[in-house]
Amino acid sequence: MILLQTIDLSKQFGDVHACDRVNFTVNKGEFLSLVGSNGAGKTSLVNLISGHLAPDSGRILFEGTDVTFARIHERIRAGIARSFQIVNLFDVLTVFDNVALSIFSRERKIVKIAALADLDRDVRREALDVLSQFGLAAKSAVPAGGLAQGERKLLDVALAYALRPKLLFLDEPTSGVSTREKTQIMDTVSSVVRAGAVTAVIIEHDMDVVFRYSDRIVMMHEGKFLADGTPQEIRANKNVANILLGAPLSA
Amino acid sequence: MAADVSRVSYRPKLLLFAAATLVLVLLALLPLYIGLYQTQLLTYGLIAAIAALGFNLLLGYTGLLSFGHSAFFGIGAYSVAFLLRDAGIRSMELYILIGLPIVALVSALLGYICVRHTRIFFGILTLALSQVVWTLAYKFFWLTGGSDGLRVARPDLLAGMFTFTGGGAFQRFISAYYYYVLAVFAICVAVMWVIVHSPFGKALQAIRDNETRAAFLGLRIRRFRWVAFLISGTMTGLAGILWVPLNGLTTPEVLYWTFSGEIVFMTLLGGFRNFTGPIVGGPLFTYLKTYAVATTEYWQLLLGVVLVLLVMLLPTGIVGALSVATAKLWPKEKSA
Ligand SMILES: Nc1ncnc2c1ncn2[C@@H]1O[C@H](COP(=O)(O)OP(=O)(O)OP(=O)(O)O)[C@@H](O)[C@H]1O
Ligand SMILES: [Mg+2]
Repeated sequence: MILLQTIDLSKQFGDVHACDRVNFTVNKGEFLSLVGSNGAGKTSLVNLISGHLAPDSGRILFEGTDVTFARIHERIRAGIARSFQIVNLFDVLTVFDNVALSIFSRERKIVKIAALADLDRDVRREALDVLSQFGLAAKSAVPAGGLAQGERKLLDVALAYALRPKLLFLDEPTSGVSTREKTQIMDTVSSVVRAGAVTAVIIEHDMDVVFRYSDRIVMMHEGKFLADGTPQEIRANKNVANILLGAPLSA
Repeated sequence: MAADVSRVSYRPKLLLFAAATLVLVLLALLPLYIGLYQTQLLTYGLIAAIAALGFNLLLGYTGLLSFGHSAFFGIGAYSVAFLLRDAGIRSMELYILIGLPIVALVSALLGYICVRHTRIFFGILTLALSQVVWTLAYKFFWLTGGSDGLRVARPDLLAGMFTFTGGGAFQRFISAYYYYVLAVFAICVAVMWVIVHSPFGKALQAIRDNETRAAFLGLRIRRFRWVAFLISGTMTGLAGILWVPLNGLTTPEVLYWTFSGEIVFMTLLGGFRNFTGPIVGGPLFTYLKTYAVATTEYWQLLLGVVLVLLVMLLPTGIVGALSVATAKLWPKEKSA
């Protein structure tokens, strides 16, 4: 069943075609990887779908509804959430408050003005639950700005996940961390996402990681989709290997 | 599993409540030991604290620096003057009940325009709009008395239970009005404390820290800013309503941009990053200015120097510096 579909989605920056008539489909329940070299247009595509950027042309359908011109908060209500390639948190607020904000927003309790946020037991319980799923419960009282890079990446994902989206975009959740931490983060993220039955699109450069965790892989290059298939199919695709590394992939 | 961690700790809140009550009791006892003049000055200080408290919801919690809060203070003051002159109302409660919706309406209107922008553009817009209000008050002298302003007599307090005419009226008014303002001040502090600790208040801080991410949590940024502006302007307006009976006169000066500057100043003085910053800054500024005016005709220069030193030496204000010092002295004590 198709969850998201883009039709000839395009975005140009000057002469750069960040997205060039992209037809992207996400099926319900998939764990999908979006790969491609630097500047391929992966983040731009997520920006278009999440409403961070307006497309030049094309359409975006989510569960059959046209959301091309929907406002950001409308897309989030519809069930599209995202994390950020460059960590994007509320650094002064505590780790707990960061996640609690997501939950308050989703529950539409965020407009409550005459009640203390700390005293909402349901939100409190859920926030701590989400944090422990991401292995961050012990840090809940620390300001988000005081976390280590790997923890910050996880919290960034946790904020998006706490919105309980139907479709979750994760833009390089492991960028800027050590190889060892990478596996740890991916294990955590993939198990949380699969346990929550959330459809996920993950952008990732490390092909070992991509092959290990994905149900399907989509490859972008210079704003276009080049390949689309299961890890086996992509592994066998000579184009992909040439473009990604200019050399054959390690098997 | 997280069941025991999810239990809310009430202890810090109770401690805070106890501390606040203690301060309130001390403030209530103070007039017994200080003279009438000092009591009057302290009343001005508490009113300034209310103005700064409202202002700081925008600066400290929403990250918007308004240079136009004199407009709300002044409109509060002029509302009272109009209510007395044109409707013959003499009750302080009615001034507040009728004045508040007026300042709220003006705040909503000006806020609607201003929150379309942020940073310096926001600041300039608030400045420009407040200057428009000032010009109106200055030019429409048949309505506002122009630069002469409007006189306001001592109002009745608590639905006429206290009236102030005849011998010793001034003294009785100052004593009674101090407690009146103190009560309103306590309510304002409590209300503001709840607001900044509510989900709404957390959302404002999130928007201040990272507008983009806040939008991607589904927050409607502009609306939050608008409501913050509305509350902020209304509370500063309430300060204006309280101020005018004490001052006995309102002139376009309270609408002028330099008065907005004073509200900024007192907030910076106390510290805009702390809830208590503006509460401390308001009275402190009042004393500082009174002292400066009494000592030298170059009082603006003196205040200017203080402001420069403040920004350079204590960028987080008095309360900010104090809390840093306390944290150094008692490193284990984590503030809630
Ligand atoms: N806001 C912008 N303004 C101008 N050019 C942009 C903007 N965003 C992206 N681009 C350009 O569009 C192209 C695609 O960028 P994008 O960030 O989508 O690539 P990416 O696949 O996410 O790359 P990376 O793997 O490095 O994150 C690049 O050439 C980039 O310079
Ligand atoms: Mg990118």
